[in-house]
Amino acid sequence: MAQDESRAETGRAGREAAAERASIAVRPGEFRQGGSGKREKVFELKDVEVLYGGVSAVKDISLDIHRNDITAMIGPSGCGKSTLLRCFNRMNDLIPGAEVRGDLLYHGEDLYGQTVDPVQARKLIGMVFQKPNPFPKSIYDNVAFGPRVLGEKDGLDEKVENALRGAALWDEVKDRLDSNAFGLSGGQQQRLCIARCIAVQPDTILMDEPCSALDPISTGKIEDLMIDLKSEFSIVIVTHNMQQAARVSDRTAFLMVELDADEGDRWGRLVEYDETEKIFTNPADRRTEDYVSGKVG
Amino acid sequence: MAEPGVAAPRSRLAVAGARATTRATLSNQPRSDVIRNVIFAALLLLAILIALAGLIALLVQAFVKGAPALSPDLFTNGPSRIRPESAGFRPAILGSLELIAGVIAFVVPVGVGAALYLEEYADKTRWWNRLIEVNIQNLAAVPSIIYGILGLGFIVRGPLDLGFVLAAGSLTLALLVLPMVIIAAREAIRAVPDSIRQGSLALGATKWQTIRRQVLPASVPGILTGIILAVSRALGEAAPLLLVGAAAFVTFDPQPLGSDRYSALPVQIYNYATQPQEEFRALAAAGIIVMLVVLLAMNSVAIWLRNRYEQRW
Repeated sequence: MAQDESRAETGRAGREAAAERASIAVRPGEFRQGGSGKREKVFELKDVEVLYGGVSAVKDISLDIHRNDITAMIGPSGCGKSTLLRCFNRMNDLIPGAEVRGDLLYHGEDLYGQTVDPVQARKLIGMVFQKPNPFPKSIYDNVAFGPRVLGEKDGLDEKVENALRGAALWDEVKDRLDSNAFGLSGGQQQRLCIARCIAVQPDTILMDEPCSALDPISTGKIEDLMIDLKSEFSIVIVTHNMQQAARVSDRTAFLMVELDADEGDRWGRLVEYDETEKIFTNPADRRTEDYVSGKVG
Repeated sequence: MAEPGVAAPRSRLAVAGARATTRATLSNQPRSDVIRNVIFAALLLLAILIALAGLIALLVQAFVKGAPALSPDLFTNGPSRIRPESAGFRPAILGSLELIAGVIAFVVPVGVGAALYLEEYADKTRWWNRLIEVNIQNLAAVPSIIYGILGLGFIVRGPLDLGFVLAAGSLTLALLVLPMVIIAAREAIRAVPDSIRQGSLALGATKWQTIRRQVLPASVPGILTGIILAVSRALGEAAPLLLVGAAAFVTFDPQPLGSDRYSALPVQIYNYATQPQEEFRALAAAGIIVMLVVLLAMNSVAIWLRNRYEQRW
């Protein structure tokens, strides 16, 4: 309990210190200065394009996600951030008519290769959704669902406890593990979804606007949680909230909508992808600068 | 300023006038509106009273006519053509229960399976899947006597050639109520939010694991409702059973998988009701009461089951 509090304290102190700077809150000590080329890459994307029913939703995405990084994807609505995120764990397979072109490598292997089973891929690449979606079961059964599906029957109690501790939820629910998951507050439900995700011990966690349905206090708790989880997992987060991206992420990708005035098509394109500090203080592209300074979008 | 309460008479008049106008405007309901509202409400009340009156008349007549014949003998004795005082419904009750057991055994796996396929696996853009969807609704509306003819042609004789046995009657009734179960199960499965499926799949569960561990448990209350409705309908159907050979007069207890003749409550009631003696008709009315009791008992069990499942989180 005290440990949790001190973690929140440092998070808050860091945020407050950063708030004294320019209007964008940035955490100075967390940045990797250079050397990113030598670090292990979890995902490598080259000219990735996603189409729904033959119509492009995102085009020409080329970026690398590094291990133990928090990578943020920001951009205006409709620029395909969530679409791109769902490519990473093959959730787009569930949408009829969805097609993914280009190279998407996961630890060097083609994620969309013929021999890859999407079910196995999803055990390694977990996902947390925008609206918390706990199962209509007890808290224990929610977290134990992943291990049970993997066939693990022993040691469930331990796994559940570890997962709930990892999601900073254990102290709040440890005496009511058998109660209905819907009895939790929104922020607790989202942390339960995170616990559920890490109980499977994935390698990467994808988060699709995890805090957009939550109040600022819960948002803060989850941001602190993300920084903690970074040491064990690689995190890719889609967010509408630029300040959140600046506070939490190591690298940021900025996507933008492009219009083809003749045909009326619109698709998303990667404008810039760099270290967060650079994106928010000295972006290379004019459009990035306009967006992060609030002139557009 | 003058003392409060003694405002100038002219301003008091003005205020009173203004308030009266406001009050009048706010409460001014044109007379035609008031009348129209009352008439409309009265018509709706009349509609429900007519519906209820029919039902109540039926129940009251059954109780009034059947009361003299009510006795425990109804449940324990077999039927009789000569002695209405000691005649009972035992073989018919047992036959009905066994028929219903057969219906449930067939309709639950087939109905729920069909609903699962249509909701989870079928590609809804294909024309043949949409055809199936439309036709299930049609099947639920087909008159029951047609199912009797179907049973006679295909189950009792024809390809299955089971003969006039209880299994044939069960199968015919099962086909009759299958569309109802499929429709109810589909609604229940559709009501499970997609976010649950996405969450489960994102954890690395297969589609079947998601269905078995998330979708089905969450849709059990709706499925049970469909089964309750189906069983209630099957219990009361006489027409198809008449065609598939539910004999009216069996004095022995029917065997579920046997090759003997069998009887069922509705058929027995029908036969008692068409006898010339007055006592038999009282027996028929008593039979209706018996049928209602059996129906209520089964429905209560099913509703209890449904409530138990709904609370178990």
